Amino acid sequence: MAYPIEIILNRQLADCLAIPVFITDTVGNLLFYNEPAEEILGKRYQDTGEMKVEEWSTIFLSKDENGKLLEPEDLPLVKTLLNQLPYFKTFWIESLKGKSEKISVSSYPIIGRAGIFVGAVAIFWRPSDE
Amino acid sequence: MKITLWGVRGSIPTFNPSTKVYGGNTSCIEVEEDGCMLVLDAGSGITNLNFSNNLDCPRIDILLTHLHIDHIQGLSFFKPLFDPAKEVHIWGPHTHAHSLPTRLGRYFSPPLSPFYFRDLTCQLEVHEIGNSVFNIGPFTIQSAYVIHPGPTVGYRVTSRSGVFTYIPDHEPALGLSGLNHDIRWLSGSELAKDADLLLHDGQYTNEEYSVKKGWGHTTMEDALKYASFTKVKRLLLMHHDPTHSDAQLDACFAQLVEKADYPFPFEMAVEGTVIEI
Repeated sequence: MAYPIEIILNRQLADCLAIPVFITDTVGNLLFYNEPAEEILGKRYQDTGEMKVEEWSTIFLSKDENGKLLEPEDLPLVKTLLNQLPYFKTFWIESLKGKSEKISVSSYPIIGRAGIFVGAVAIFWRPSDE
Repeated sequence: MKITLWGVRGSIPTFNPSTKVYGGNTSCIEVEEDGCMLVLDAGSGITNLNFSNNLDCPRIDILLTHLHIDHIQGLSFFKPLFDPAKEVHIWGPHTHAHSLPTRLGRYFSPPLSPFYFRDLTCQLEVHEIGNSVFNIGPFTIQSAYVIHPGPTVGYRVTSRSGVFTYIPDHEPALGLSGLNHDIRWLSGSELAKDADLLLHDGQYTNEEYSVKKGWGHTTMEDALKYASFTKVKRLLLMHHDPTHSDAQLDACFAQLVEKADYPFPFEMAVEGTVIEI
């Protein structure tokens, strides 16, 4: 079964961008991430392929500016998946190796011509990108 | 299932001595089985349809892939639309912004037309479809949105005779990396998969495509790869570029045969061809 063309077109766009982009299905399974996003995950898409939500969501920790762990419901992508609306937030991510990085995330729902919610996109902006 | 190619030219009707072999009419395909008729797209080729052969047909279904002018310009000349005794169903892609009758009404209204959509005198029903499955007579039809500017669908027509897939306007290779081998990432692949016959966009040479990315069409070579990835049994390339003469299409085909090594037969679609599957 082919993915909806809205997902395919988002991947093709992500493929052309120099900023990290993650594309998920409606429950958060990671369908695609582009080359800039590979640096954040520390993994390569050609090696991992798609990843279940429980697998990729544990690759890095999300914290506020005081170092307190953020609840999943506070994260833009999770909110987009829950509410099918766009969100934006700046926070800190910490890799499993302990490396911390300040990041801003914009997320939006993919709702195509059929009016059906088919997935979501999260774009990660580093402060130096802003 | 009898398939007649009434128009296989892309973009604009192109009638001159150099296009006599492949034909100059724009997209229109007739599909017939058990006295039931489907008309896929209503380009200028629709004027070649001979309804005297189908007097027993109680209804006619016109399945539009999209509303670009080369796919609807024949509608005004489609006699059953003006026959109160005829039941005509028009199917086309749904979009949130405007209804299908509203969008068709842009064409069926002055200054493009001397009459309005509401003036059609047939027993008309309009159906908006997207990623849909529906039945018409002996046919089960699956439609799905495909990559092309504006709302556009392709069709997979299944009957007891076999499977015919029609995607005349399609740019599955749009993007940096071109066609994806994983058919889940290939627009329209659920329509084309394992089809007995795929009639697909093959408008450009590789050189032409390099300056026409995003225009919504496919190279001949990519169409072959697409057919290979989706494991179709036979491929016909259509939507011939209006600038391509018969001689150029022959030369392109010869190059494809020389370069390609695929396990399925492929040809350039020729207007007037009748195919039984």
